[in-house]
Formats: sequence, structure tokens, C-alpha cells
Amino acid sequence: MTGSASQAPGAQATAGAGTAIRTEDLRKTYKTPRGDVPAVRGIGLNVPSGELFGLLGPNGAGKSTTIGMLTTLVLPTGGRAWVAGIDVVADPVGVKRRIGVVTQNNTLDMQLTVTENLEFRSRFFGLGPREATRRAEQLIDAFGLGDRRKAMATDLSGGQARRLLIARALVHRPEVLFLDEPTAGLDPQTRVNLWDILRVLHDQGQSILLTTHYMEEAEALCDRIAVVDHGEVLAAGTVDELKDGTGADTVITVRYEGEVPEGLATDTGLAGRPGVGKVETDHDRIRVFASEPDGVLGELVAAGARAGLTVRDAAQLKPSLETVFLNLTGREYRE
Amino acid sequence: MTSTASTMTPPAGDAGRAAATGAGTGPAIAALITEAPVPQPTLAKTFAAMMAREFRVLRRNAVGTFTRAVMQPLLFVFVFTYVMPKIGGGFMFGGSAAGAGSAGAAGNVNFATILVPGLMASMLLMQGIMAVTFPLVMEFSWQRTIEDRALAPVPIGVLATQKIVAGAAQAFIGALIVFPIVLVVHAAGQAPHVHVTNWPLLVLILVTASLLTASLGLLLGTVMDPRKMQMLFAVILLPATMLGCVYYPWAALHQIRWLQYLVLVNPMVYMSEGLRAVLTPGAAHMAIWAILAVLVGGTVIFGYLGTRTFTRRVLN
Repeated sequence: MTGSASQAPGAQATAGAGTAIRTEDLRKTYKTPRGDVPAVRGIGLNVPSGELFGLLGPNGAGKSTTIGMLTTLVLPTGGRAWVAGIDVVADPVGVKRRIGVVTQNNTLDMQLTVTENLEFRSRFFGLGPREATRRAEQLIDAFGLGDRRKAMATDLSGGQARRLLIARALVHRPEVLFLDEPTAGLDPQTRVNLWDILRVLHDQGQSILLTTHYMEEAEALCDRIAVVDHGEVLAAGTVDELKDGTGADTVITVRYEGEVPEGLATDTGLAGRPGVGKVETDHDRIRVFASEPDGVLGELVAAGARAGLTVRDAAQLKPSLETVFLNLTGREYRE
Repeated sequence: MTSTASTMTPPAGDAGRAAATGAGTGPAIAALITEAPVPQPTLAKTFAAMMAREFRVLRRNAVGTFTRAVMQPLLFVFVFTYVMPKIGGGFMFGGSAAGAGSAGAAGNVNFATILVPGLMASMLLMQGIMAVTFPLVMEFSWQRTIEDRALAPVPIGVLATQKIVAGAAQAFIGALIVFPIVLVVHAAGQAPHVHVTNWPLLVLILVTASLLTASLGLLLGTVMDPRKMQMLFAVILLPATMLGCVYYPWAALHQIRWLQYLVLVNPMVYMSEGLRAVLTPGAAHMAIWAILAVLVGGTVIFGYLGTRTFTRRVLN
């Protein structure tokens, strides 16, 4: 314990206090009857205490498997990982004591009420019955579940269940809080409320790792992000660093009526132009990464016309994590 | 982003209020971190808390559980030790001839006497499996609620052990509930002859038999395909009960030698016979050492296998 919570709010309160999460070449390969399926292929992370860190990637990128390994429920097949300084394989119980986990599924105890879910979880973590009741009340009030305290967990709405899952993960003041897709499937209002909750926790110095496939969620919440796809980290850094790292600000995509012939991209004469980064051809489209996008669209349309291709549609994406993902993978982001 | 951490979005009218309740409590959420108790989990505390959780659920479902537990043995003794003797005048189970026509081996005991330990053993099996297998299959199904308990600060093996102990407790309670029923319900002159000479042995047999059924429940719950749960009755529960010396003593099977040897693979036999040995010494029963060896050995084997498959399924 660092005792940082009693200090002034703000992430800097815990800066340098230690490492919340560290992984080295972490791997997981599932053995199936159809052969080995690699889910995570060598992920290295370093998350300092007090940081709100995001794993961003499409479904099936390996985010949940990574969180599973960090929370001791998935056994790695290679590499190492430490949470709060403790090896997840060598001392899973030590790790479990220090983490709170909000699972992607609704894993509330359906046989219990809202209050009981919190009370028993508190007792699992060593609080006495009376202390557990007090802690449960505190959590219920803070998460606005007061009028549902006697409701069975089965009777909660999606948003209420998610709030209770987060409350339950906090009973024992975990050193690191994990959230797997915390806002998937929630309505926009509830989602923004959960963001607010996470921001308050973060301001108190709570170390948080979340996974999300929503670009704007990662952008709105996280200090740093690792973009993950096919079980690998493609890039990591702050949102600004990631955007800078693309070497371009805006992505202009033009989609033609037919397959783009070889050489068309060069014909545009865009490749060497100042303020233009990469020029990519992808089947029926050309994609240009440019810091000075003016005139690029016109050139692409004109080059197409010269080659006898009409334009089906065109898009100009302002710099965002979406353009980062495009640049890293050459594929459009699939949520 | 317009909203910041410290200025929370105000509730947007009635429609937004219910959803926004979580967002009007910033300082309270901050206090969750700053004013948190410091937990000191130990294995014993966590185990005790998990048991407390089981009993809370049991108490909540008490009426349902009780009804489910009582109906089968109640109707069974009612029909076979009250209705049948009355209407048949002994055409099947009447008089004092031992049940199932096995007078020679069973000695001079009536059917009610045979049934008391048999139905208790049958209840142990039913409850042990109901209490462990069914919840487990739910917990491993699509929402994987098992992860809730798996994240408690104890090794997964301890969680498996806790499930066995909790299931055994329920089986034990089930057997105690059946006892007065099978003792009391019968026609005049059909009372069972129950006489406990060795109380510690009775407790030992009840406890080991309860642990055996709960261990079996854990194994079944972790290896069974949830879509084939109805097979549990046809393939496990029904044969185990019908061929488990519930309705006849094992010694009486000497008339059908091959069956007498075949049923020895059924753990149920040793539970029925064990209770027969301590509750109704008038009826013939198997040797105590054989009974205890199988009950203890079976618990160890099923418990080990169940814990292994459980751990494998929790940690994928």
C-alpha cells in the first residue's frame, strides 16, 4: 500500500510510487481440436501506479485474454506478468487480494440481493460481518443504488448491474482495478455516468486498466493507450503521442467504382508532396495520410478520372484513434 | 470532452434521473477510496464467508428446498408402508416377511425397516448432487458467474473444497429431514425397527456419505455437458438409486449372484448399507470396514478428480 489516497487528488499523487502492471512477452495460445490458436502473442506493458491505462482494439484482438491473465483466471503459456509487483503465476492469491475486477459478463451472484452481493464480497476479502455491512452501505450510497438495495441481482437493469459490478470490485480498496469492456451494451447516458465514476476514481489515484473497443472511450478516459490487434500491441502511448506517431493528421480515402490499377497511386503525384505522408492502395480505394489535406481529394478524383475510374465515395477523417488504427493496420477499424 | 471529473453531469430531467443517480455522487465515490477499511483476508475467513453465503441462499430457498427434499421419501413411505399394506393385505410387502422376498438373508424385518436407511441414503445422493451439480452447471454456463467466486483471495482448490463441504452440509440436513418422516409414516403394525447403538459411527457414516455425494456432484458438475443435464437422472440418479440397495438389503441379493457383485461398483450401496448397519441392526448388512473404506476412499477419489476438473475449467 502506498497510502497515496490520502494525498492531494490527481494522478501525480502516485507518480513514481511504483508499477501497477508489468508484462514481458506475455503469451497465450489455446489448444483446440483444430490446432493451436494464438490469442495473445507477446504483449509487453508497463503501467505505473495511478495511471488509467486502456487496451484498445476490435473484438477478438486478445484484450480479454490479456485481462484474464493479469487477473489470474487465464494461465499464460509464455512470458511473465506482475500486478502490484506480484507475479500472477507464482502467487495468484497475492494478486487476487490486490485487484478488483469488473468482468465483461454479468457475474453478479444471482441468488443474492444487491446488498448481499456487496456484503459477501467484502467478507470474502476478510472484513467482519459488521464492517462488511457498513462498507456495503457506503458503496450503495456512492453508486446510487439506494432504492435497489433489497432487489435481487437478477432484477437489475443493465446500467444498475454494471454499477453494482464496479461497486463490488471496490469493496476491498484494490490497488489495481480491471474493467473488461465496462460500457459495452450500455445506453449513452449510462455510459457517460460510468466514465464520470471512473474519472473520480482515477483522480483519487486509483490505478485502472480497462479494455474497450470504443475509440472515443479510450480517448476520453485514458492517460495512455495500447492499441491491440491479433494479440499484439501495435502502438502504445498517450492519445497525442499516438496521433503524432502516425506521421499524418488527416486520412483521406477515396473509393472508386472498380479495382484501383497498379501505378494509379503514383500517378496522383501525392507521394512526395510536402505535408503528405503515406499513400496506400487497398483494393478499390486509395488512402492518403496528410498533415496538409488541402487539394488531396481533388488530386485523387482527377487521377481516377484519368484512369477511367469514377468515384463511388470519399471520406476525410480528422485525426483520431481511428486514423491511428488505419495507419497501423492498413485496415479500417471494425468495432 | 465537455464533462470533467469534478463537475458531474447534472441529471437531465425525470428521464435522465434514474440513469444519472450514479453520476450525482462524485464525493461519495471519492470517499470509497479515501475512507476504505483495510481488509485482512485469511483463508479461514474467506472460507467461512463462502459458507455463510451458502446458508443465506439455503435459508432464502428453504421452502422450495424442503418441499423438494421431502416429497419423494414422504410419498414413497406413504405408498409402500401405509397404502400397500392396507389395500394388498400383504400381497407384496405385507406382514413381516422381509421386503422384496428376501427373508432368508434379511432376517425377520419389515419393509419399513429396510426403507429407513435406504431412503436416507437416497436423499443424501439427491441432495448432494442437487446442491453441487446444478448450481455449478449454471455457474459455468454463458455468463460464467463462477468468476465471481474464483476472484476471491483463495486458491481455486479451496473453492472446490468449499463447494464439496457446502454440498455435504445440505445432503446431511436432507438426510436428517427424511429420518422423522420415514420413521413416523406407516400403517399400524408396520413400524420400522430403528435402534441406534453406536452414535459416533452413525455420525461418521452420515458425514462421509454426505462428502462422497457432494464430491461426486462436483465431478459431475464439471464434466457434464449442460445441454445433457436431463441425462443425469436417466444415467446416474435412477440406476444408482434402483440398484443401490435402497429398497432391499445387499445380502438379499444373494439369490441373484451376478447382480450382487455388479452393484458393488455403485457407491450408493455402501451408503444404504452403512446406514442400515447403524440404524437398523436387525436387518442384515455388509461389513462395516468395507463400508467405511469405500465411503472414505470414494470421497478422496471423487474429491480429487472433481477438484482437478473444476480447477481446469475455472482457469482456462
